[in-house]
Amino acid sequence: MSNDLFNSFMTGPDENGRFGDFGGRFVSETLMPLILDLEAEYEKAKDDPTFWAEMDDLWKHYVGRPSPLYHASRMTEELGGAKIYLKRDELNHTGAHKVNNVLGQIILARRMGKTRIIAETGAGQHGVATATVCAKFGLKCVVYMGAHDVKRQAPNVFRMRLLGADVIPVTSGRGTLKDAMNDALRDWVTNVHDTFYCIGTAAGPHPYPAMVRDFQSIIGKEVRWQLEEQEGEGRLPDTVIAAIGGGSNAIGLFYPFLDEKSVNIIGVEAGGRGVNAKMEHCASLSGGRPGVLHGNRTYLLQDDDGQILEGYSISAGLDYPGIGPEHSWLNDIGRAQYVSITDKEALEAFQFSCSMEGIIPALEPSHALAHVMKIAPTLPKDHILVMNMCGRGDKDVQTVARHLGFDMSDTEEGRSAD
Amino acid sequence: MTRIDAKFAELNAAGKKAFVAYVMAGDPDYDTSLEIIKGLPGAGVDIIELGLPFTDPMADGPTIQLAGQRALDGGMTMEQTLDLATEFRRVDDTTPIVLMGYYNPIYSRGVDKFLIDAKLAGIDGLIVVDLPPEEDSELCIPAQAAGLNFIRLATPTTDDKRLPKVLQNTSGFVYYVSITGITGSAEAEATDVGPEVTRIKSKTDLPVIVGFGINTPEKAHNIASVADGAVVGSAIVSQIAAGKPVADVLAFVKSLADGAHRA
Ligand SMILES: Cc1ncc(COP(=O)(O)O)c(C=O)c1O
Repeated sequence: MSNDLFNSFMTGPDENGRFGDFGGRFVSETLMPLILDLEAEYEKAKDDPTFWAEMDDLWKHYVGRPSPLYHASRMTEELGGAKIYLKRDELNHTGAHKVNNVLGQIILARRMGKTRIIAETGAGQHGVATATVCAKFGLKCVVYMGAHDVKRQAPNVFRMRLLGADVIPVTSGRGTLKDAMNDALRDWVTNVHDTFYCIGTAAGPHPYPAMVRDFQSIIGKEVRWQLEEQEGEGRLPDTVIAAIGGGSNAIGLFYPFLDEKSVNIIGVEAGGRGVNAKMEHCASLSGGRPGVLHGNRTYLLQDDDGQILEGYSISAGLDYPGIGPEHSWLNDIGRAQYVSITDKEALEAFQFSCSMEGIIPALEPSHALAHVMKIAPTLPKDHILVMNMCGRGDKDVQTVARHLGFDMSDTEEGRSAD
Repeated sequence: MTRIDAKFAELNAAGKKAFVAYVMAGDPDYDTSLEIIKGLPGAGVDIIELGLPFTDPMADGPTIQLAGQRALDGGMTMEQTLDLATEFRRVDDTTPIVLMGYYNPIYSRGVDKFLIDAKLAGIDGLIVVDLPPEEDSELCIPAQAAGLNFIRLATPTTDDKRLPKVLQNTSGFVYYVSITGITGSAEAEATDVGPEVTRIKSKTDLPVIVGFGINTPEKAHNIASVADGAVVGSAIVSQIAAGKPVADVLAFVKSLADGAHRA
C-alpha cells in the first residue's frame, strides 16, 4: 500500500487545511493573517535541514530522545496474549510527549522573531513543557489554565511558576480546558505583533493540526526502527494504540503507520462515568457529532442547538469536548478505530502498570492501557501491540489517592492540594 | 435590495451617519430582550445587531461573554432568537436586523434550513466571526444566494494585499474592527481609525461602519465622523447587565445615537 500514492492516507491536509471535510481555518479575520504567516513559515522550516538539525540536537540532548521501546514482559505474561511494547515517552524531560511539539513550535517562534509565547493547558503537562522551553530560550511565557484545573493539578501550577511562567486561571465559561483555549485565542487577537500561540494538541486552525502531528511523529518513527531492532528487519507492529485528548500523542504514534495496511490503529477516548446521555465523558467520536470550534471542524460534544458541552473525565488531560480533525477523518473513513474507557477501568490499569512493570503512568495513557488489558488476552502471542506510554503519573498521584480512598491529608503534599 | 441597502440609501439621501446597536438575543430574558429591541428604532438606532448566544465566543470580552451565558442559562435557543426577530417584524418592517455570532449553532441547524428560517424571520444580514473569506463556501455564498447580506469584518491586521479578498464577497456594509482585540476592551481612537476607513473605502463602494471600543456618545460622534457609522455593543450590554430598567437602557442608547447622528 505504501507504494500506491493514490491511496495514501498521509497526504493530508489539503491546501485549505482539510482532512476530508474536517479541519479548516475557522478563525476571526484578525487572526487570519497570523495563521497564514505561520503556515508559510512552517512550510519553509519543514524543508530546511538546519531547522531539523536544531530539533534533533535538542531532542537528543535536552529531551532525552529517542525514548525507549520497552517490552513489558510481566504485563504480557499476565494478560496471556499479545506481546506488549510500551513506547516510553513518559521518560522525556518534563514527563510527557508534550515537549516534542513544544520544541518545534518554539524554535519556529524564534525564527519568526516572536518574543512572547502563550499556551493553554489542561493537565498542566503542555503548560509545563512550554514554560520549560521558554525558560531555556529566555522567552516570556503566559499559560492559560481553567480555574478548575488549577485546583486539580496544583503541583503542575507551581512547576510552571517556578519555571518563570505567568499562569492565568481562567474563570470564563466553566473554567476548563476549552475555556483556557478561548482565552488564549483572545490573548492572541489582542497581542498580534509579538505573540506566538503554542497549541498543545493536534487541533486548532490549519496549520496547527498538521504541524503538531509532524512534530509528534517522532514517536511513531522511532517505534518503527526500534521494533525492527528488537524483532527483526521489516517487522511492523500489528496494533498501535494511544489515548486521545485532542489527539497529539496518538497521531504522533499513528501517522508513520497510516499507509501500512497490516497495522491496526486504535485511539482510546475518555469514557468518564460512561458514554451516556448526561455527557459524563469526553468521547467526542463515540458521543459527539461534527461541529466547528477553536478554528476547526471536527467531532464535538454539543447539544441539539450547537452549544458546546463540558465533558467529564478523571483525567484533566483528556477533558476536552473536541478531538483533532485528522482523527475525525480517520474515524469516518474507517482507517482507525476509536473506543472509550471509563474512569474506573483507567484506575485499574493505572495500578496494573505500577504493580506489573514498576511504571507509574499518567491517567491519560492509563486509558490506553485499560484497552490493552481488554484486547491483549484475545490476541495470539505473536501479535505485537505497541502502546504509547505518553506521560508519567506523578501529577496524578493525589487524584488517584483520593479515588482509591487513601487519605493524603496528613502529608505536606496533601495539605497544599485543592 | 435588502433592508440594509435601503437603509443606507435613506441615510445617504439625508446626509446622515448610521448608528448600529448590538444586543444579545435573550439577555437578560426573552421578554425583556424583545421589549428592548422593539424600543431601539425609537431611540435612534438605524441597524440592529442581534447577538446569537454561543457557549464559546472567542472574539468577545467578558461583557458579551456573560450576556451570552445569561441568555443560555435562561434557555435561549436559535429557535427563540429567530422568534425574537419574527415578533419584532410585526411592529417594524424597515429597521434592518443583522444576526451576529459564531458558526457552530448555524452549522448545527444545517445551513440551508437556517437560511430559510432566518429569511422568514426577517433577518437581513449575517456577521459570523469565525468564517473568514477562506471559508466562503460554508455560508457566505449560500447566504448571498438566499438574499441575505454577508457582512465581513476587516481588521487592523487586514493588510492591502488581503483587503480585496475580504471585500470580494462582502455585501450590505463592511464592518471595520477598530482595534486588535476582543469586544469591550481597548478604546477606539478616531485618529487611528480615519486613515483605515479611507484605505478601505478606496477599494469598495460599500459603506464602512466601525465597531469595537466605542462606549460614549463622544466616541460615537468622533468615530462616525470619520466613517459611515458606528457600532456600540458592550457599553449597552453593560447597562442591561446592571439591571437598568428598559427605559434607562433606551435613554442611554438614544444618547449614543444622537452622538453618532451629530457627525
Ligand atoms: C500525559 C498526557 N497524555 C495525553 C494527553 C492528551 O493530549 P493529546 O491527546 O493531545 O496527546 C495529555 C494532555 O495534557 C497528557 O498530559
